[in-house]
Amino acid sequence: MLIKRRDFLKSSSLATASLMLPKFLKAFEAPGVLPFKGKTLVVLQLSGGNDGLNTLVPTRNDIYYKQRPRLAIKQADALALNSECGLHPSLTGLKSLWDEGQLAILNSVGYPNPDRSHFRSMDIWHSASPADRYWQTGWLGRYLDAQCAGNAPTKGSCSSVALELDDTLSLALKGEQVKGLAMQDAQKLHRATRSPFFTAYSEAHGPVHDDEAPIDYLYKTLAETLSSAEYLFQQSRKKTLAATYPNTSLGKSLKTIASLILADTDTAIYYVSLGSFDTHVNQGGQQKRLFVEMNDALAAFAKDMKANGKWNEVLVTTFSEFGRRVSQNASGGTDHGTANLMFFMGGGLKQQGLLNPLPDLGDLDEGDLKFKVDFRRVYATLLEGWLGADAKTILGEAFEPLGVV
Amino acid sequence: MYGMSQKLQHLLWRFGFGPRTKSWDNWASLPENTWWPKLRDESLAAKPIYFDVADSAVKGLLMGIGEIGKMERKDLDAADRKEIREKSRDNLRSLNLLWMEEMTHSKAQLREKMALFWHGHFASRNINILYQQQMLHVVREHALGNFGDLMRGVSKSAAMLAFLNNQQNKKKHPNENFAREVMELFTLGRGHYTEQDVKEAARAFTGWGFRLNGDFVFRKTDHDDGTKTVLGKTGKLNGDDVLHILLEKKETARFIVRKTYKYLVNDTLVPEDRIAWLADRFYDSGYQIMRLLEDIARSDWFYAPENTGNKIKSPVELWVGIRRALPLELDNPESQMVLQRALGQILFFPPNVAGWPGGKNWIDSSSLMLRLRLPQMLFAQSDLDVDTKDDDDQQMGQSRPNIAKRGFAAAVEWQPVLDLFKKTPEHELTTTMAQYLWAMPNPKPPVSILQQHTDRSHRASLVKTTLIQLMATPEYQLS
Repeated sequence: MLIKRRDFLKSSSLATASLMLPKFLKAFEAPGVLPFKGKTLVVLQLSGGNDGLNTLVPTRNDIYYKQRPRLAIKQADALALNSECGLHPSLTGLKSLWDEGQLAILNSVGYPNPDRSHFRSMDIWHSASPADRYWQTGWLGRYLDAQCAGNAPTKGSCSSVALELDDTLSLALKGEQVKGLAMQDAQKLHRATRSPFFTAYSEAHGPVHDDEAPIDYLYKTLAETLSSAEYLFQQSRKKTLAATYPNTSLGKSLKTIASLILADTDTAIYYVSLGSFDTHVNQGGQQKRLFVEMNDALAAFAKDMKANGKWNEVLVTTFSEFGRRVSQNASGGTDHGTANLMFFMGGGLKQQGLLNPLPDLGDLDEGDLKFKVDFRRVYATLLEGWLGADAKTILGEAFEPLGVV
Repeated sequence: MYGMSQKLQHLLWRFGFGPRTKSWDNWASLPENTWWPKLRDESLAAKPIYFDVADSAVKGLLMGIGEIGKMERKDLDAADRKEIREKSRDNLRSLNLLWMEEMTHSKAQLREKMALFWHGHFASRNINILYQQQMLHVVREHALGNFGDLMRGVSKSAAMLAFLNNQQNKKKHPNENFAREVMELFTLGRGHYTEQDVKEAARAFTGWGFRLNGDFVFRKTDHDDGTKTVLGKTGKLNGDDVLHILLEKKETARFIVRKTYKYLVNDTLVPEDRIAWLADRFYDSGYQIMRLLEDIARSDWFYAPENTGNKIKSPVELWVGIRRALPLELDNPESQMVLQRALGQILFFPPNVAGWPGGKNWIDSSSLMLRLRLPQMLFAQSDLDVDTKDDDDQQMGQSRPNIAKRGFAAAVEWQPVLDLFKKTPEHELTTTMAQYLWAMPNPKPPVSILQQHTDRSHRASLVKTTLIQLMATPEYQLS
C-alpha cells in the first residue's frame, strides 16, 4: 500500500479520521461492576489565592474596614446573608442559591504551618500531605486507586472516572496506579487521539493485563486514553443542552461537564480551575472580573442541573491554595495569606448557610487569619459523605468529617 | 554503516541524552571497551563554561549595591524588586533554553546528564536569575566531582538558602526548614535522624545567609554558638560541622547511591546488596562521584536485560534525545518552554524541594498523547495545540507573556538520518531503524502496521516517516 505525505499526516493524529472503535478497545466496555453511584463532585479551584475577606465580607467588622480603607466592600454593596456578612456584589447567583438553601460556607479552612508559595501550598492542597511532607500523588488520584482496584467502570476506563477540564492533568488527580484524564473538551481530545496509526498500533499490541512493567503501563495508558476519548466524545454528543452558558472558559467547561452529567457518564469527579486570583495589584477589578465569570457560569450550571433533575446529585465545591492578608497593601491589592473559605453548592446539602463563625479578625497570627478547620476534614467529608469512599485509606489518617453532606 | 549496537545505545542513553545521529558511525566503529572511557573523558576534558544570562540591570541592582557596602534587601525598593522579578522571569527562560542546547550539543554528555540529576536532587525554586545561574554552575562544576564539595556548594548558595528560608534562621528564632531538608532530602533520607537532630542542626546553621550579590555570608551575631548534639556528636557545632557529620554517616552514601542507581540503572528494581557494595566503595573513595559512575558503567549488570530499555524518559530527556537523533532548528525556540510545561518538567521549577518524582509519574493520558504526537507535530510543522497551566509564583497575578509562542515549525536536517540508513535494504529498514531508536535489547516492531502508516513513495520519505512513527510509540518513551 502506498501512502503519500498527505495521507501520512491523515493517518497520524494530526487530522481527524472517523473510525470504528476497534474490537479490543471495546473490551474495556464489557459489562463490569459499576462502583460509581451517580453522585457527582465538581471541584472548582480558584488559582492564585482568592481573597476570602472580599468574597464573604464581614460587613459589621471595624477591623476589616480599618485594615482595608481602599479595598473594603461597603456594607451597602455586599449581598447581605445576615446582619454580620454579605457576599461580594458580583456573586448574585450564589446569593440565589443561599436563599434556596443550596449554599453552604465553611470559614477559616487551612492547615498548620501554612506555606505562602503558590506552588507549594497548592501542592499541599492537591496531595493532602502534611505541610512538611512531599507526596507524589493527589487525593482524588488516590480515590481512583482505591475505587478502581479490582473494579472497572462499565464504560470508558477508570481514568475517566475523574476528569479535569484542561489540557494537562493536575497533581490532585494523579494516583499511584490510576490517573485521571485531562481534556479541555471532548472534541479536542477526540481529535488528538483518533489517529489510525495509534489505534492500529495499540490494537496490534493487544490488551494489557498487568501494568507493572513500564512498557505495559504505557500501552495500558494508551489503550485507555483512546477508549476514554471515544467514550467521552460519544457521551458529550448524546444530549443537546437546552440551557445557555456564558461564552467564557469556565462557562464552556461547565457546559461540557453538564453535557456529560446529563448523558449519565460514569464520571464521578470533575475538576476545573479559574484564575488568577493573585491580586497583589488593583485587586478590585481583577477579582470582580473573575467573580463575574465564576458566578455566571455557576448560575447557568445550577439552573441547568435543576431543570434536568440532577441538582440533588451534584455537589460543587470551591477552594484556593490560600487566602490573603487582612490588610491591604500599597498597590491596591493584598498579599499572600493563610486560611480561607470554601463554598459548597448543590441540592443535596445536609447543612446550609454558614457552617462555622466568621474569621476572628481580632485574633490574628502576624496579620493573618488563623485556620480553624483542617482542609483534610473537608476532603474526608467529601470522600465519605459524598463519594462513599474510605477516607482514612485515601488520606493516610482519620479526619473527623463535617456534616455538610 | 556499523551495526546498531544496543549496548552502545544503552550507554549513551543512560549516561547521556541518547545517540547523536551525526556521530553514531564514529562511535560504533570504535572498540567496545573504549566507549565508556571516551564518554567519561569527553566530559572531563574541559570545565563547564558559566552560563551568564542575567540582565545587566539585575546585576547592577544586586551586585552594585552589594559592592558599595549598603545593607541588604531593605535597600531595594518595590520598583527594584519588580524589575528583578520581571527580568528574572525572561532570563530564566534563556538559562533554561541555553542549558537544553548544551545537553543537546555538548560532548560533555555525562556531565550534563549528571547535572540534570543533581538539579533535581538539590531542587530549589527561586525566581532570582542571578542566584539560579550561580546554583546551576555549582551543580555543573561538581556534577562529576566530589559529592561533599557539591553539597557544600549548594548549601552555601543563595538560591538554596533563600528557598529553604535560612536567611530567617537566627539564634533567637531558629527556622528548621534548611536543616530538615538537608537531612531528609539531600543526605540521609527519612528515618535516619530524629526531630531533635533537626532542631539542633538548625541551631548550627543559624547565621548562614547570603549577600544581595549571592555571596555566602556567615552572620556571627545571628549564630547560636552554644553546644549542640547532632547525630550523636556534641560540641559547639556550626553548619560546616553538621555537613561533615552528615558525610561521615554511611547512610548518606547509601542514600545517594540508591538515588543515582534509580536514575541511571533501574527505577523500580533496586537490589540492596548491590547498593551496599556501591555505597561502600563510594564512601571509601571519600564521595568521589566518578568512582560510583565507573563502578556502574563497568559492571555487567548495567547491561543486563532487566536494566535495559525500561526506564521512562523524563520530558527533558525525551526532547533532547529527539533533537540528538533528528537534528533540527526550531523557528521559535521558546515553544520548548510550552513543551516542558505541558509535559511536566520545567527546568528551574521542580514541583517542590523533593524534585521530580519520575518513572510512571511522568505519564498520564494527556502527557502520553502529547509525547506520542510530538514527532508527528514536528513533521507536520504544526503548532503545539495544548494550553498549559499558569504559574502564579512567577506571574504574580499577571497574564502570561508570550502565551502564543507555540509554533512548532522547525528546519529539520534529514541528511544525516538518510545517510545513516543509506545501505539498509528496504525490507530491513523498519527493524534496523527500531534498533537505532528504541533502547530495548532486541526490539521487534510491528513491521506491517508501521509499513501501512508510512509514506513509501520515495526512499527518503520512507526513511523519514518510518523514523517519525517509530518515535511516536510507547517504546520510544523508554531508555
